[in-house]
Amino acid sequence: MKTYSDLEFLKLSKGQKILYKFQRFFAAIPTGLKNLFLGIGRGLKGLGAKVGEEAKDIITTFVHGDWKTKLSYLVMGFGNLARGQILRGLLFLLFEVVFIGYMVLYGAYWLGMLPSLGKVGPTKSYNEIYDVYVTQYNDNSFKILLYGVLTIFFIIAFIYTWRVNVKQNKLAEKILASGKKLRSGREDLRSMVDDQFHKTLLALPMTGILIFTVMPIVFMVLVAFTNYDGTHDGYYNNLFTWVGMDNFNTMLSWTSGTGSGTQSYAATFGEVLSWTLIWAFFATFTNYFLGMFVAMAINKKGINLKKLWRTILVLTIAIPQFISLLYVGKMFAKNGIVNGFLMSMGWIDKALPFWEDATWARITVIIINIWIGIPYLMLITTGILMNIPADLYESARIDGANAWQQYSKITLPYMLFVTGPYLLTSFTGNMNNFNVIYLLTGGAPTNAAASSAAGSVGYTDLLITWLFKITTGAESKYYLASVVGILVFVVVALISLVVYNVLPSIKNEEDFQ
Amino acid sequence: MSVSKEVNAAPVKRHMGLRASRAMANTGIYILLVVISIVWLIPFFCILLQSFRVESTWQVGYVIPQKWGLDNYRNLFNTDFPKWYLNTFIAALVTAALQTIIVLCMSYTLSRFRFKMRKPLMRFMLILGMFPGMLTMIILFRVLKDLGMVQANAVPGLILVYIASSGMGYYVSKGFFDTLPKSLDEAARVDGATRFQVLKKIILPLSKPIVIYTVLTAFMGPWGDYVFAQYISFGTSSGMNVAVGLYNWLNQDQIAKCYTMFCAGGVLVAIPVTVLFMCLQKYYVEGVTGGAVKG
Repeated sequence: MKTYSDLEFLKLSKGQKILYKFQRFFAAIPTGLKNLFLGIGRGLKGLGAKVGEEAKDIITTFVHGDWKTKLSYLVMGFGNLARGQILRGLLFLLFEVVFIGYMVLYGAYWLGMLPSLGKVGPTKSYNEIYDVYVTQYNDNSFKILLYGVLTIFFIIAFIYTWRVNVKQNKLAEKILASGKKLRSGREDLRSMVDDQFHKTLLALPMTGILIFTVMPIVFMVLVAFTNYDGTHDGYYNNLFTWVGMDNFNTMLSWTSGTGSGTQSYAATFGEVLSWTLIWAFFATFTNYFLGMFVAMAINKKGINLKKLWRTILVLTIAIPQFISLLYVGKMFAKNGIVNGFLMSMGWIDKALPFWEDATWARITVIIINIWIGIPYLMLITTGILMNIPADLYESARIDGANAWQQYSKITLPYMLFVTGPYLLTSFTGNMNNFNVIYLLTGGAPTNAAASSAAGSVGYTDLLITWLFKITTGAESKYYLASVVGILVFVVVALISLVVYNVLPSIKNEEDFQ
Repeated sequence: MSVSKEVNAAPVKRHMGLRASRAMANTGIYILLVVISIVWLIPFFCILLQSFRVESTWQVGYVIPQKWGLDNYRNLFNTDFPKWYLNTFIAALVTAALQTIIVLCMSYTLSRFRFKMRKPLMRFMLILGMFPGMLTMIILFRVLKDLGMVQANAVPGLILVYIASSGMGYYVSKGFFDTLPKSLDEAARVDGATRFQVLKKIILPLSKPIVIYTVLTAFMGPWGDYVFAQYISFGTSSGMNVAVGLYNWLNQDQIAKCYTMFCAGGVLVAIPVTVLFMCLQKYYVEGVTGGAVKG
């Protein structure tokens, strides 16, 4: 498409300017995607080169190293011990002993079972003495997958530690050759609170993240390639096993199941995804603009009791969301206060279907979300609004700009510039806004056609609440939940990447306004 | 001629008009703010009033009770509500303490230290955050079950889940540490202080606002958590937190019996949290406004 220079751009009419900006935004998406893939390619290439370098270094270290170094390739920490770094040497050695012990005793079994996820399911045998069938439980697919993943993690950790061990030998040789002294154990300990302090500080948080986030995510991604569900729980009833890409094919196939009114997975997924995106869009931008508006109203010169107004709004943040959401949800119920009030005033004679009708429910959810969200946005925008230099407005006023012009030419561009990243995180946050939807409607009203696919899908269900329902239903199709989770990740990641790559161009455009 | 006359007259007229229109606009804003305040407060007003309603326990279409009384509050003590309350309170207290330590370690390190893995680590956590956290619940439940930390013993399991990954929420406090001048650290380092001493003697005393903010948000989190608590307590009443317990009272088959009790429970939960929040409001506002600009 045609790109205009700054001067040409200013000559365009208002409508053309907006059109031009939209075109620029969408024209930038392919470039953004291209850059993304190029970036991934470069990253992979860099990784390959890095691995090659490491391998080369390992070999040269071995060839040029003395016998202490050479022996360290087999017995970790030997070089450290031989050169007097007892503490380090013992730690390396201990790690190696633990690793080998674990691998021999347990790791080999888990790793060996990983390709099949268990061979023998629960068996029933007849017990003649008591005249009953006794179930004997054998392999446990869940544990095999879990400990298999853990074992792989452990192996990676071992390889890394082994590499560090080799590196340290090389370094120690170099230091000794130059006539300096090696660090003693005491100095090592001291460095933990000094120049290596960051490692000490990060140890606890990173362990938590590794065990409670990274490992479960790897596990759940793998589950998407198995048939793990309520009827294949891997131990008590049936084993589960690898099924390849089957689940993704199911989720993305357009063929519907048998029976009337059933719908294909892909159609259901599309429906829920489109509502998720619509919801995220409205939830983000209604809150953003209305919150900004309220903040500006309170900030306005000549308005008294600023603190009171803010405190009233902030109060709603303090009250735990589940109370306010559950309660407000019930206020809009058929026999709730809102309908009761409207009927007693004689304005309506039949209860309004706030939660019974799909469109009503969707609009009500968005409106109640405004009620939830405005206080946050008011707080966030208040501070930024105050930072806008006052002389900008003054000179605009002297030039005869009215309130709307001041807003659209100064306030809004400034706000968008500063809060761009926040808008993105709030958009993706809203896509995964479980609490508001689940506590308000629980996804209701039910979408009968879509529910035939999986879980009980409602018209206000987001992908994340649908995922939750899939895992808690009677069937508990964990593998399907996992597929949905991966697709959510893909959508969120794509949006984030595109917006991040496009964002600077938006910013530049605003510079000359 | 007539043009020049108009030019002369204009400033006076415009001035008058400006003042009048500003007064008009301000009146409009006052009306708006009053309406907003009413809309925002009305649900809490309603919940308070309905918690004192005695004549019926189900949902009704009017707000002001016909008969007032404390029956709902008294009835709460015949249910598992005190147990839920205690569970939530313990979880919130422990989470507040441990999560603060973890978050501050993480954010301080990422803000103050420059090491090779810093940028990749931050990018990694950003990507990790894009996975729906709920997905991990399935496996965490099974693992915690093996450890015996579910159902009746849900509280330790819940705490573990809350704090374990809390390091990923480092953004706001990192933004705060970024604003503290680096020259402070350097001066102390030149004087021979270790990194640990810098943290203890120089940074921590300056970090009161962010410590309070982190404690406050960490404390409030468990009060509002529904999904994890629901998963881990798994239908066992004595392991539930207030959110799960009260949610169940609004089920189809319970709501007729428990609606006003829900209101009373809601009030009891909201009061301490709200009072604490209002006392520390200043720090919360600082944290939120600072954090948003950093993104």
